[in-house]
Amino acid sequence: MKEIQKKIEEIIKNNKVVLFMKGTPKMPQCGFSMTVCSILKELEINFFSVNVLSDEMVRQGIKEYSNWPTIPQLYVNGNFIGGCDIVKEMHENNELQKILIN
Amino acid sequence: MAISKDELFELLKLGFPDGEIKIDDLAGDNNHYAANIKSSKFKGKTRVQQHQMVYAALKGKMGNELHALALTTAEK
Repeated sequence: MKEIQKKIEEIIKNNKVVLFMKGTPKMPQCGFSMTVCSILKELEINFFSVNVLSDEMVRQGIKEYSNWPTIPQLYVNGNFIGGCDIVKEMHENNELQKILIN
Repeated sequence: MAISKDELFELLKLGFPDGEIKIDDLAGDNNHYAANIKSSKFKGKTRVQQHQMVYAALKGKMGNELHALALTTAEK
């Protein structure tokens, strides 16, 4: 496994909720990243965020890690949950709340 | 970097021949789309898998030529 993939895996394993995003939760640099941050904040979930704009290796690496071409990407308990559309859908039908609380 | 609505439709139709496909150009700039796809190919797949299938049909354009595609997928 490539070095960057190991690094990404460690981040995902060591944090219950991880959001790979463009920008930071205080200053998102993309509307999709902002949407996911707002949902997590609304649910009062503490999450670890990774700004892919500050590390090109992570930006490319995370796309390969989950075979997912876009940012943001949400991980909970080591599992890839989805991007903005899926997170929004899961928030609306309360699925997200269930996996975040457990 | 952009992709026309017709080109996007063709790619999706190729990937999902039985698909009911609706595309909206959200910003009128050939760069921000919303697509709604219903296909029997999604049967038994998770939402993540369904979206991965759509991205595969777009042959690497997602995240490159195509900046934003809001997706909703459903089984037909």
